[in-house]
Amino acid sequence: MAEDAILGYLASHEEIPDSGKFASQHGLQQNDVVNVIKSLHGFRYIDAQDIKRESWMLTDEGKKYAAEGSPEVQLFLAVPPEGFIAKDELQKKLDPSVFKIGCSQAGKNKWVDMGKQVSRKVQHVEDKVKDLLVRIQDGQTIDKDDINSLKARKLIVAQTWKGYSVRKGPNYASKRKKVATDLTRENLQRGDWKELEFKEYNFNAKGPLADAGHLHPLLKVKQQLKNIFLQMGFEEMPTNNFVESSFWNFDALFQPQQHPARDSHDTFFLEAPSTTRQLPEDYVELVKRVHESGGYGSRGYMYDWKREEANKNLLRTHTTAVSTRMLYALAKQPFAPKRYFSIDRVFRNESVDRTHLAEFHQIEGLVCDRGLTLGDLIGVLNDFFSRLGMSKLRFKPAYNPYTEPSMEIFSYHEGLKKWVEIGNSGMFRPEMLLPMGFPEDVRVIAWGLSLERPTMILYGIDNIRDLFGHKVDLSLIKRNPICRLGID
Amino acid sequence: MPTVSVARDRLFAALGRSYTQEEFEELCFNFGIELDDVTTEKAIILKERHLEDDNSSLDDEVIYKIEVPANRYDLLCLEGLAQALCIFNGHEKIPRYTVANISKESMLKMQVKKETSLIRPFVVCAVLRGIAFDEARYNSFIDLQDKLHQNICRKRTLVAIGTHDLDTLQGPFTYEALPPPEINFVPLKQVKHFRADELMEFYKSDLKLKKFLHIIEKSKVFPVIYDRNRTVLSLPPIINGAHSAITLKTKNVFIECTATDLTKAKIVLNTMVTTFSAYCERKFEVEPVEVISFDGNSSVYPDLSEYNMEVPLSYITGSIGVPLEVDEVTSLLNRMQVHAEQAGLGGNNINVSVPPTRSDILHPCDVMEDVAIAYGYNNIPKRKLSSLKPLPLNQLSDLIRYEIAMNGFAEVLTWILCSKKENFEMLNRKDDKTTAVVIGNPRSSDFEVVRTSLMPGMLKTVGHNKDHPKPIKIFEVGDVVLLDEKKDVGASNRRLLAALYCGANSGFEVLNNFDIPDPCTFLELDIENFL
Repeated sequence: MAEDAILGYLASHEEIPDSGKFASQHGLQQNDVVNVIKSLHGFRYIDAQDIKRESWMLTDEGKKYAAEGSPEVQLFLAVPPEGFIAKDELQKKLDPSVFKIGCSQAGKNKWVDMGKQVSRKVQHVEDKVKDLLVRIQDGQTIDKDDINSLKARKLIVAQTWKGYSVRKGPNYASKRKKVATDLTRENLQRGDWKELEFKEYNFNAKGPLADAGHLHPLLKVKQQLKNIFLQMGFEEMPTNNFVESSFWNFDALFQPQQHPARDSHDTFFLEAPSTTRQLPEDYVELVKRVHESGGYGSRGYMYDWKREEANKNLLRTHTTAVSTRMLYALAKQPFAPKRYFSIDRVFRNESVDRTHLAEFHQIEGLVCDRGLTLGDLIGVLNDFFSRLGMSKLRFKPAYNPYTEPSMEIFSYHEGLKKWVEIGNSGMFRPEMLLPMGFPEDVRVIAWGLSLERPTMILYGIDNIRDLFGHKVDLSLIKRNPICRLGID
Repeated sequence: MPTVSVARDRLFAALGRSYTQEEFEELCFNFGIELDDVTTEKAIILKERHLEDDNSSLDDEVIYKIEVPANRYDLLCLEGLAQALCIFNGHEKIPRYTVANISKESMLKMQVKKETSLIRPFVVCAVLRGIAFDEARYNSFIDLQDKLHQNICRKRTLVAIGTHDLDTLQGPFTYEALPPPEINFVPLKQVKHFRADELMEFYKSDLKLKKFLHIIEKSKVFPVIYDRNRTVLSLPPIINGAHSAITLKTKNVFIECTATDLTKAKIVLNTMVTTFSAYCERKFEVEPVEVISFDGNSSVYPDLSEYNMEVPLSYITGSIGVPLEVDEVTSLLNRMQVHAEQAGLGGNNINVSVPPTRSDILHPCDVMEDVAIAYGYNNIPKRKLSSLKPLPLNQLSDLIRYEIAMNGFAEVLTWILCSKKENFEMLNRKDDKTTAVVIGNPRSSDFEVVRTSLMPGMLKTVGHNKDHPKPIKIFEVGDVVLLDEKKDVGASNRRLLAALYCGANSGFEVLNNFDIPDPCTFLELDIENFL
């Protein structure tokens, strides 16, 4: 109704200067008019300008005086035209508040003589205050000075009235067009799409989540790393065996039996199957000998190597166990250089915290060839890590039982402004390679890092359980972007 | 990785200079150790006692906690660290450790009884003569034993160290294994006598010692060391006797290491004596002790002999990948506490002598690593192995394709050639002749232009699949060609992604031209912008 009234009025008039007045003139609610104006303005049917009016409203006290007359006049009328009235009696005749204010105002106006006996000083008075108040109630404008005095007596308060002045807008029409929010098959068939006006697309609104498929963030990173390895000429090792014997996990790597890593507080040993069924006996003999008394140029560890220790089954603590098996198989063939990699699950019996789990993924790469040097290791590490966006590397001497030399790899983190450790690397010891049967000039360079750490840094996740495991929020998986590691 | 706590200022004094923390961290990085934590003596004590800071007069001495490699037993105390770093910096020479030249008769004797082979077969001993202790040295002496016990000794199960004030004892000594009730002495920190079986019971409530009881408690005989007066030196691996306790005033120290692993016992003994013989009157000289087995065989300890290897220069340079001369290699090795010199005249072999402090060196590869460390890993030039790089645009395209397919869109593969009308007019686009590549000799209108958008193909696909169940969701990632003055031929490809959704009630594009009865929504973007 209001909409029709406004649009209709503007059809033949330039302007609606005052929405408030317009509302009362047309018998419309102020609120309705305001809402309609806002809506029409939004669709540019009209052009609305803000207007503001200051008006005055009577306070409760003011309303009382407008009805009953001001207290000073009431008091004046209570004093007899001739003669006196005792003050006490006068007080009894009037309301206490009326009396109080009336006395002071009437006295100020010099209408009465205030003393023990009260008498009129003038014959007749005008109730100017009441008059002003009534005029304000009627919506008339009054003098500024009068306003101020009424305001001072707290008989009126200021009120700001906000409204609009309205003109035709660029999209003006005498009737509002209905806007379509969608195009339907019916619209096309009926042909009414030609007349329809369509609601603007809101590209900022998020649509409903599509029902789609998603891959796990960690495995997306794994896929990219796999591509990187393949491009670097590395062949994937078969790692689908979590149960390993201590022999392949430790002993064959020249890791001595009395070593802290072989403690139960770091390794998951198995109750079932508790020991390995089979080991290549000739090779075991060579491994035992190199531990106990050296050979191949080494003085060995000189301790009593125990077969029972080697037989103990465990959940592999590193994928290097697989690498060892692959190297052993490789050594049996006439020598050909090889590059191997793997990315798979390993198990550590450590305490779980924000960045450590009992199971995680290890990334491992190794190159086996004649005459490899530390320079080659540094070169392959630079190639690999620069593809991950880490091209500023530094190397620190470290210790692993099965590599010598060993290097910890550090990369400069631009965000944290410091060097952070990103991996471990080294050259496998001759005590490990020679018993396998490799020629003396064959060297193996290798490196490893975890999959979780770079993923957490890449996606800004600081608790590993938010990324991996069953406590992961599915929305994280769904909103995880594509992984561009290794591209450009 | 073991951690050693050293007083920073004492360490710097031993190194002969002060360092800023950054400088020291840099030194550690290059050498292969790590400054793990910086704290104060006070903070450590407060933490141990679970107290808050009380502004007390506790020492505010700065403590460096340094992580050292697990196989470097020589770095487990301040003295060892300082010596290694001084030599690494070229400020000191490698000490030559010697055994005092005394006759076998005048050597102290340790007689080993047969029963010990039931429980703890081995013992090795040595004497530090004319040693001077102060409080710091004394604490370091005790701390080193602790560290060795924790690491190579595997919590005393493999080796246990006992140190004694020699002047309170009289040799010869005996290493025996007796039934517990027969052993009776005053243990360290106590005043009354205990029998060994009582002592086991007593220490069950001792926080520190109770974890070692299991090593011997089930045995019928306990190991014990006596002097000639039947004074108990120690009940290994549990506790020493109070009688021979070492004090700051001690001048002569008797060290005994009992063990189940002889190799490790020797390494442990060597570590103790090489480190603290620096404080003896005759610096780096250790007095030997003869250990006589129950079968009459005897050995003299400590065995401070150097381990010798002849290493070809080519092995070292060929493994590291840096061309070095013999004299360069030998001076690098000398900085790593390894004696080295040219073997023979003009030869290309190096005679390497490994001192007892470097028990971690087993093979020439360990020597080669030390050369690389002294040279500086970060100075080694990298040699790149052959490898391939992918094409970023194609890799990205594939990743995008998989994601879109996973969102339920079917991939289409449409013609690159189309008619002018399909490419412009039917899409409500104007042909201003500046966009499309035009074919000069098309056989039909189907081959007039090279597409500048994926939309014609997509829309034609929908048009030919009117009966396909709705909604139809298709996409394509492919090239369009645009005229391009910047290219040598005047045109270039752009990789676009377009996706289209056609259903009963969506979309705003009017597509009568393509004979599609249902509304469609589409999206087309240039994925090269993502690179």
